[in-house]
Amino acid sequence: MKSFTYERVATPAAATAAFARAPGARFIAGGTNLLDLMKLEIETPAHLIDVSRLSLDKIEKTDDGGLRIGAMVRNTDLASDARVRRDYGLLSRALVAGASGQLRNKATTAGNLLQRTRCPYFYDTNQPCNKRRPGSGCAAIGGFNRLHAVVGASEACIATHPSDMAVAMRALDAVVETVDAAGKARAIPLSGFYRAPGATPHLETVLAPGELITAVTLPRPVGGTHIYHKVRDRASYAFALISVGAIVQKDGSGRVALGGVGYQPWRVEAAEAELPRGAKAVTAGLLAGAKTTHENAYKLPLVERTLAGVLAQARG
Amino acid sequence: MKFDTPATTNPIDQLKVVGKPTNRIDGPLKTTGTAPYAYERHDVAANQAYGYVVGSAIAKGRIASMNLEDAEAAPGVLAIVTAANAGKLGKGDFNTAKLLGGPAVDHYHQAIALVVAESFEQARAAAALVRVEYARGKGNFDLAKSLDGAIKPPPSFGTEADSAVGNFAGAFAGAPVQVDARYFTPDHAHAMMEPHASIAAWEGDKLTLWTSNQMIAWSVGDMAKTLGIPKENVRLDSPYVGGGFGGKLFIRADAVLAALGARAAKRPVKVALPRAFMFNNTPHRPATIQRIRLGATAEGKITAIGHESWSGDLPGGGPETAVGQTRLLYAGENRMTAMRLAVLDLPEGNAMRAPGEAPGLMALEIAVDELAEKLGMDPVALRILNDTQVDPEKPERRFSQRQLNECLQIGADKFGWAKRSAKPAQTRDGRWLVGMGVAAAFRNNINGPSAARVRLDKSGVVTVETDMTDIGTGTYTIIAQTAAEMMGLPLDKVVVKLGDSAFPVSAGSGGQWGANSSTAGVYAACVKLREAVAQKLGMNPSDAAFADGKVRSGGRSAALGEAAADGELVAEDRMEYGDLEKTYQQSTFGAHYAEVGVDAMTGEIRVRRMLAVCAAGRILNPKAARSQVIGAMTMGAGAALMEELAVDKRFGFFVNHDLAGYEVPVHADIPHQEVIFLDETDPTTSPMKAKGVGELGICGVAAAVANAVYNATGVRVRNYPITLDKLLGELPDIA
Ligand SMILES: Cc1cc2nc3c(=O)[nH]c(=O)nc-3n(C[C@H](O)[C@H](O)[C@H](O)COP(=O)(O)OP(=O)(O)OC[C@H]3O[C@@H](n4cnc5c(N)ncnc54)[C@H](O)[C@@H]3O)c2cc1C
Ligand code: SF4
Repeated sequence: MKSFTYERVATPAAATAAFARAPGARFIAGGTNLLDLMKLEIETPAHLIDVSRLSLDKIEKTDDGGLRIGAMVRNTDLASDARVRRDYGLLSRALVAGASGQLRNKATTAGNLLQRTRCPYFYDTNQPCNKRRPGSGCAAIGGFNRLHAVVGASEACIATHPSDMAVAMRALDAVVETVDAAGKARAIPLSGFYRAPGATPHLETVLAPGELITAVTLPRPVGGTHIYHKVRDRASYAFALISVGAIVQKDGSGRVALGGVGYQPWRVEAAEAELPRGAKAVTAGLLAGAKTTHENAYKLPLVERTLAGVLAQARG
Repeated sequence: MKFDTPATTNPIDQLKVVGKPTNRIDGPLKTTGTAPYAYERHDVAANQAYGYVVGSAIAKGRIASMNLEDAEAAPGVLAIVTAANAGKLGKGDFNTAKLLGGPAVDHYHQAIALVVAESFEQARAAAALVRVEYARGKGNFDLAKSLDGAIKPPPSFGTEADSAVGNFAGAFAGAPVQVDARYFTPDHAHAMMEPHASIAAWEGDKLTLWTSNQMIAWSVGDMAKTLGIPKENVRLDSPYVGGGFGGKLFIRADAVLAALGARAAKRPVKVALPRAFMFNNTPHRPATIQRIRLGATAEGKITAIGHESWSGDLPGGGPETAVGQTRLLYAGENRMTAMRLAVLDLPEGNAMRAPGEAPGLMALEIAVDELAEKLGMDPVALRILNDTQVDPEKPERRFSQRQLNECLQIGADKFGWAKRSAKPAQTRDGRWLVGMGVAAAFRNNINGPSAARVRLDKSGVVTVETDMTDIGTGTYTIIAQTAAEMMGLPLDKVVVKLGDSAFPVSAGSGGQWGANSSTAGVYAACVKLREAVAQKLGMNPSDAAFADGKVRSGGRSAALGEAAADGELVAEDRMEYGDLEKTYQQSTFGAHYAEVGVDAMTGEIRVRRMLAVCAAGRILNPKAARSQVIGAMTMGAGAALMEELAVDKRFGFFVNHDLAGYEVPVHADIPHQEVIFLDETDPTTSPMKAKGVGELGICGVAAAVANAVYNATGVRVRNYPITLDKLLGELPDIA
């Protein structure tokens, strides 16, 4: 770990101002991802701006009947919120399927969206990795890539985004609210939040340097049956091989988002029209153009079978 | 004391303390966090500096240049040790690759430098500033592609690579029912909680090392050899060990580098291996490829049994002895086993919990399940039919005790085996396909010489001193139980001190020999102490009875402490062994039963129930033994379903080198577990009449789970771990 300086800020404006003074600084929230990366010198910020005590820790109703989730709401608090459990069950279930109780007590909404990939080569600074060291190559291609992406990947990077929470938020049409260094606020739909790796896998979101996430909003509840099925090699405390988050209505229509298949939570709205026709048809649309490696081709049938199970469960 | 004839009745047989389920005497220290582990021994030496290890970034080749300038100039740095400045170093007997590499690099994350600084953070930051240029060499990292060049290794620990009895080829060819299959077991990491850690301090030319180690005397020897100093100048202290599983049988880079760092910095230095180093710097259980051939009559009598195993290691290393149990487990007139060893440039392989048997049974016990299916026989009945009470390669040697059939039968009964459908893929519970599996458990028993010293003080407290280690197994407690039983004391009148090389040399912890061997050493020392006590009290040693803190003889009675009224009484002895194990084959036996559910949609496999029935001599502390066995069953479930060091065959290293990537079972994976110990004593092993259980517990577990997966799904996976991607293509179609 490189030595760094540290300050704690009290308001979002102070946070962005602090960044303006120290470009290249990092915000730190729960620190459950950033600190691990710093210990391994995968991230080497010279300055940390602690945003964990900003009063962005509330869950409030929005004017149009949705919810505004403060960026610093802890994963535990979000998962156990009564409104979330009642109206956005998918989100609650996805959250508790992730990490461990201790981690969820620290992890924040913003930090969770911005957690970085779990590609093992990304974590080993001796290995080539375009995401960690642009231009150095991708060790996962041709290596151990059983956990890697099957859609949206590029020749430069085949990493997945590991968040469970983000999968639910994508299905729920979440919108990310931010404020930038100049104090300008904007709202970014989660559908347009993550960047495809292309030739620049180190650029992961559309956020500008120093842009602070202040909240995530969810539109009014859509009802339906909410199911999150996370598939993994062990029963708990493991990242998803793949996951399926679904909201299924009585008439068989609904929404589906996938985790563990791409650089972002994967949702293809057009494919959802096939829901009444079953998992095969939906999966064909969801994973159209999929490219697999010698180790991860199982993810295609796995998605289809998991979705079939989820749909069967939704039918009751 | 020499043990060369089977034990007769002795004070241990009273079983007032020994054999009772007993809480750990070190439990409160551990649960309150006050048992100091190696890295936490802040009090043992003042002014400790911190060392951080630099590991090689390549698997094979040479260091072309090493630039230390930036690191040396970094804040707090006191010294940097490399092969270039460490002076001449020897190599210990037990490690294959050098513990400080350079300029030649033998494997990934081989230590190539130690940076010593005032604080841990400074040492770590400076370690990242050591600039190394490498010249990559070509390495061999692919076991499957190395089978042709594999050689017959020399005998190790007296075990030949090959064995043959009768005419295997002919009998197999002529057998009406045959199994011939290949099985694959991956590399495994010990993944114990406490990483390797040491604090080193020099006083003149004398070194003290506070460390975490299973085998104190071996490690004193290897430290001395590596540093080129006399053994007498090395003291090791390892009273608490946060898990080892074989990974701490030998000294590793932390110990050697702490010593070198302390010498260079001229003050005590502490070093812990970072978690990533646990996977590529320290040894692992090597992968195997095994071919098993079984031939049987239509009635199920095995007539031919053949087991070949290939594994790899660095030059100078040894094979994974995966065929050992096949020489002893089942009857059959025609037999062959063979081990072959390939040179691989991966990190070195070595012992991990039940080396040999654990991966060997992962293969053999699937093969037996396959044979049962081909025969249309129940796999329990097949195993019982092929039981042998003698060493099948040397029938003149009987097993000292062998209750494998009893284990299988009792287990079948308790587990509800009768409810299993012989035909696979028949049982459904909602979305779960449910199946049951069984496997035999087998692990040899080893006894080793072991010494102890016992001291009696005037308050009647007995203190035991031996360099034996407690690696979380419960050694403190069984040693206290042994001394209490021998001296007629309650447990709280016994103090146990372990792990210090200043104490008499014990058998150490490994190969499940620790419990029987180390307590036998304490037994021997206590016999001497009893004589000394009787003499001191003017009693006849041959009829003095020790009970309730008193000694009674010829109508007289005295408090035990009276014998030490005018000074501590000290006795020391060493248990040594004759050749009983040449006459008797000493082994431990068991049966593992498992029930699994397999999600019919996703192929996710979850263990539902497990049962182990063990016959392993006298169980000294049923509570600790049960903990050992359920821990081993858990490890076996991990081997069955998730544990695998993923090899990058291009760069030559284990990629998943952290505890997120190397998955071991978590609580949610481990449901109901039950352990039954058969009431058994084995008078041929020692006066304790005990054997080991800590490794028996893992032997066969993975195969029982694998067989249950087959029974649930009808999909036979011979390539561990059994992950859902290996099942998916053959699961029932989805509607
Ligand atoms: C052992 C382990 C297991 C895990 N398992 C899972 C799992 O199964 N599923 C899963 O989904 N997750 C899992 N996680 C990841 C976990 O969810 C994330 O680490 C956590 O959500 C990150 O939140 P944080 O607040 O701690 O973020 P931090 O580590 O504080 O920050 C993460 C990133 O977000 C940035 N950031 C934080 N707040 C803001 C803000 N307001 N605006 C802009 N940028 C910001 C930081 O600069 C940093 O780059 C696991 C983590 C660990 C360590
Ligand atoms: S997949 Fe992406 S993160 Fe992984 S090694 Fe390749 S570039 Fe790096």
